[in-house]
Amino acid sequence: MSGIVDHPLFGITITVGVYALTDLIRRRWWRWLHPLLASSVVLILFLLASGISYESYAAGGDFVSFFLGPATVALGTTIYKNWERVRNRAWAILTGITFGSLFGIASTAFLLWVFGSSGEVLRSMLPKNVTSPVSVEIVALLGGIPSLGAVFTVLAGLLGSVVGPMLARLAGIRADAAIGTAIGTTAHGIGTARLLLESEAQGSVSGFSMAVAAILTPLLFIPMYWWMH
Amino acid sequence: MLGMAILLAFHFLGLLIQQTTSLPIPANVIGLILFTACLFLKIVKLEWVEASAQFLLRHMLLFFIPFVVGTMVYFPIIRESFLAIVFGLVASSLLSLVVTGWLTQWLDKGEKSS
Repeated sequence: MSGIVDHPLFGITITVGVYALTDLIRRRWWRWLHPLLASSVVLILFLLASGISYESYAAGGDFVSFFLGPATVALGTTIYKNWERVRNRAWAILTGITFGSLFGIASTAFLLWVFGSSGEVLRSMLPKNVTSPVSVEIVALLGGIPSLGAVFTVLAGLLGSVVGPMLARLAGIRADAAIGTAIGTTAHGIGTARLLLESEAQGSVSGFSMAVAAILTPLLFIPMYWWMH
Repeated sequence: MLGMAILLAFHFLGLLIQQTTSLPIPANVIGLILFTACLFLKIVKLEWVEASAQFLLRHMLLFFIPFVVGTMVYFPIIRESFLAIVFGLVASSLLSLVVTGWLTQWLDKGEKSS
């Protein structure tokens, strides 16, 4: 029995199964249900309750998250397809993405420095606003802890996904292009997926912004990488 | 499957370039840059990759699940530097979101009136 949960098929099956189930519940009954948050909570509780180790789960989980690699490349289609929609305001959106990405990195560095966090946590959190497969790689280049970086990135995405649309409204950000740029730049794929549930116009700008930020952010880190080495 | 093969090939090409040049840019991002360029240059046609790309992007949340489940291993570290993490992560993310939105909205308005 203990052998079977170490098989990758175990982690793959429960991940896809719980995701499919929460997605079904969201579509049928509870539109506010967050598939990622709900699935993860169910899986964590299940693993804790059953005493199955994270390592056993991760043997299959790694297969599932492998697809983030080609999914990152697939973001190219998001840039290409949405270009016509954003080109007449491309300058505003691209400036927003560039400045927003820089602001995210600088404010993280400043706040963590003020609160005296360790360099390891700092290096793992700096790229938290860019899509997770990219942030994990940047964390590795900077010498942080990639899995911790992934966690911070997902938390940043969840935060933007859950409170982002409301915060934007409260801050008086009403234009679809501005909401999409703000959420895509700071809450990457998780925020984009949330916007796509409600608005194609916001979601497409968000996807465009997230994809452009995925290209831009590693370039912004090159000077820092050179300075460190 | 052609689409999936193309996406994987660009990811692999990115890895190849990164390994040979030791550029400090992640392999998947090099793949993304080259793939985007090939789409705009019409070297790769959108319809070749569209179905696979749609599938991968639509279920992005699924691929993130193992990462979030992974937080259970880091509960101690997260508890340890809880304050710094909360302020660094929450404050900086929400501030960046508002700043990005304001800037884009303001620039876009200027553009329209000109």
